[in-house]
Amino acid sequence: MGKFRKEGKKEVPQVSTSSLPDIVYMLIFFFMITTTMRDVELKVKNAMPKATEIQKLEHKSLVSSIYIGPPRDAKLGTESRIQLDDAFARPADIADWIQKERDSRNEADRPLMTTALKVHKDTRMGVVTDVKQELRKVSAFRITYTTLKGSALEN
Amino acid sequence: MARKTPEINSSSQADIAFLLLCFFLMTTSMDVDYGITRRLPPPVEQNDEEVKVKERNVMNVMVNKSDRLLVNGRPMDLSLLKDEAKRFMTPRPNDDTAPEVETKTFDLVGDVLMSKGVISLQNDRGTSYAMYISVQNELARAFNEMKEDLAWRKFHKHLDQLNEDQTKAINEAVPVRISEAEPVVY
Repeated sequence: MGKFRKEGKKEVPQVSTSSLPDIVYMLIFFFMITTTMRDVELKVKNAMPKATEIQKLEHKSLVSSIYIGPPRDAKLGTESRIQLDDAFARPADIADWIQKERDSRNEADRPLMTTALKVHKDTRMGVVTDVKQELRKVSAFRITYTTLKGSALEN
Repeated sequence: MARKTPEINSSSQADIAFLLLCFFLMTTSMDVDYGITRRLPPPVEQNDEEVKVKERNVMNVMVNKSDRLLVNGRPMDLSLLKDEAKRFMTPRPNDDTAPEVETKTFDLVGDVLMSKGVISLQNDRGTSYAMYISVQNELARAFNEMKEDLAWRKFHKHLDQLNEDQTKAINEAVPVRISEAEPVVY
């Protein structure tokens, strides 16, 4: 008669964890590559409206964002303000800011630069129109109204 | 005889890696921006003559300060705007009240009957941005549906299945003719 069952230890052998660091490193590299640090600290509220006919913004490095919305700090009131980089700005500051953004890009990339308007949905169009007029003056014609995905009829 | 160096204990390597992983997990933001892309017109010169456009070629879309939509002076619900814009932009050669039509030839798509209509979008300084985007979106939807129709007629394909040249041809044959009115200074 054959002996099929070994006597003695019946414990399950421990799972080898020696490959765990490798797996984790793989994940790290993935996140390292996909990560983009948030470059600005938002000083304005930024709940954007929804739209369906939207395009993906290609080449993030060629996009400069203008944030418009009511200030987060309630002491500053509820009137929508413009935020360029990390500070509040007036429409008159946009020309200089665009120039600065242009200078920081390659000459070849400059015609492809896009200005993304990230505007809070309760903002009145007055301030947006002012911004657009300033952009036209400095020939920054490519703009995109950044929105969320969703039906526009619900806005 | 060379002395043996003791092996470095690597059991904490996993912990270190986890720490890094947590850091990148927290800082990562994979949100891709989406938006409605538009091209601003160059600024108007003071001495520029106003371009005369025939009245039948213009559809006036106006959003007033209380977010009411007016199309050619008449109130309209936002949900009907897309169809109205599409109806307006669809060439109707035998209709005197519809915009004028012309036939243009393009690569790949051939002869296309095009409407000379322009949608003029005007908003008040008090219009809310959400409403403005909704209107822009509905108008864009009208044009996209017309592109889709043409793509189906000419290539028997959906718009997103076309190759680069075909997409370009369709975009040329169905130009997005939305003109934003100059802001009025009161």
